[in-house]
Amino acid sequence: MSETATQSAWAAQSDDALLAVRGLHGWYGESHVLHGVDFDVNEGEVVTLLGRNGAGKTSTLSAIMGLLGKRTGSVRFRDTEMIALQPRHIARLGIALCPEERGIFASLNVEENLMLPPQIAEGGLTVERIYQLFPNLLERRRSQGTKLSGGEQQMLAIGRILRTGAKLLLLDEPTEGLAPVIVHQIGTTIRELKKEGFTIVLVEQNLRFAASVADRHYVVEQGRVIDMIPNAEFDASIGKLHGYLGV
Amino acid sequence: MGQLLLGLINGSFYAVLSLGLAVIFGLLNIINFSHGAQYMMGAFVAWMLLNYLGIGYWPALILAPLIVGATGIALEKLALSRLYKLDHLYGLLLTFGIALIIQGLFRNYYGISGLPYQIPDLLSGGQNLGFMFLPNYRAWIVVASVIVCFGTWFMIEKTRLGAYLRAATENPALVGAFGINVPRMITLTYGFGVALAGLAGVLAAPIYAVNPNMGADLIIVVFAVVVIGGMGSIMGAIVTGYGLGLIEGLTRVFYPEGSAVVIFVIMAIVLLIKPEGLFGRTA
Repeated sequence: MSETATQSAWAAQSDDALLAVRGLHGWYGESHVLHGVDFDVNEGEVVTLLGRNGAGKTSTLSAIMGLLGKRTGSVRFRDTEMIALQPRHIARLGIALCPEERGIFASLNVEENLMLPPQIAEGGLTVERIYQLFPNLLERRRSQGTKLSGGEQQMLAIGRILRTGAKLLLLDEPTEGLAPVIVHQIGTTIRELKKEGFTIVLVEQNLRFAASVADRHYVVEQGRVIDMIPNAEFDASIGKLHGYLGV
Repeated sequence: MGQLLLGLINGSFYAVLSLGLAVIFGLLNIINFSHGAQYMMGAFVAWMLLNYLGIGYWPALILAPLIVGATGIALEKLALSRLYKLDHLYGLLLTFGIALIIQGLFRNYYGISGLPYQIPDLLSGGQNLGFMFLPNYRAWIVVASVIVCFGTWFMIEKTRLGAYLRAATENPALVGAFGINVPRMITLTYGFGVALAGLAGVLAAPIYAVNPNMGADLIIVVFAVVVIGGMGSIMGAIVTGYGLGLIEGLTRVFYPEGSAVVIFVIMAIVLLIKPEGLFGRTA
């Protein structure tokens, strides 16, 4: 009873949402990993997906991008239903993924990695602007992509999806395993991108970082979204969040 | 010296053929066993163009690889693409079976005696270099293969299209998620690799007899070249192709009895010392 009440609380805005996910189920081979995910993302928002390891956060991003082998339910972006589309068609609608393992190509240098994703719409950042956000990449543009430090690889993985004109960015744990100074730089970048009009779905484990960049937080558990917390109520809900995340 | 030149010419064929195999293996992870048959088809298509349609060597040099490449694209679309989800062994078996069928068909219609193909007028004759006589056509083969090898290397290592190919070799799912049509790229890459085999076939037509077994004899050596160079390595395929051709030529001078096996001896040694091949990437 109370669950349906909370669900409608965040599913109500569906009419004007940029991304609307409804009853999303997903499978990796035989294993059923998403059990009816519901959430909305409004244009220009930064929202996080929080949850324990294995809760289904990365799988949710993969399912939105069309990378899960089998998925059912509904994923609507603007006016397009994407549940049956191939990843390359989903990308062409203006959605870009920065994967958890970063996906930097070893056989490409930094600049080739940066220039790899094709431009799919007007309005992406210029290469100069990206180098301005991440000056390290400019210095090392002739290096092999995987020779960069972890932080630089993360910047490259984020930087290359800013060029394409995609307006919805799916960032999977961009701060994982990085030094505090780099985490801070990535936080600054995300706030900057929000100002430039990007919409961002962020998978995060680091609660403090999540609170510093996001407007709203969805809690994912066992392949479902079980709660939504506006950032304004983050501090008040910190006890509840710790309960959800088991920290 | 003459043997060295002969070695260099053999090396030119090894390089172009193993290059095609390397391009295909790199992206498709399939060992294209029909490569030898596709090389033979290149020679036959050139012969057919001349004898049935009166189309000469120079147009055939473009047309025959296009035709053979198109058959490759059809093969990939109709059959190979259905096997990617299975073990790579199935791709090997399929292409091996296709090779046998193609060779059988040509043997049935054209016999095994070999058909002559004239050297084009422009390249008949030769140059006396003082220490040896260099037939013009053989010099052309070396030049043509160097151009093709360099062009392919440049395209793959230095262009945007090549960056797509290299990236798709590493992580096709992510490249697809950037909005690139990876299946079409795979189809075209296979077609390109097969077209390279066809081109080698046209180059070979005037100096080797055009016969259905010409590819089967050569392809075993080419596989050894690819293994030595490193599976899927573009540079490895090119350098080892020429290098082994030369080594084979040298062996013919100093120890003629060993020339037929020297490449396989080298392959065995390389596999023992550096199993990923001379230019292979360790994963």
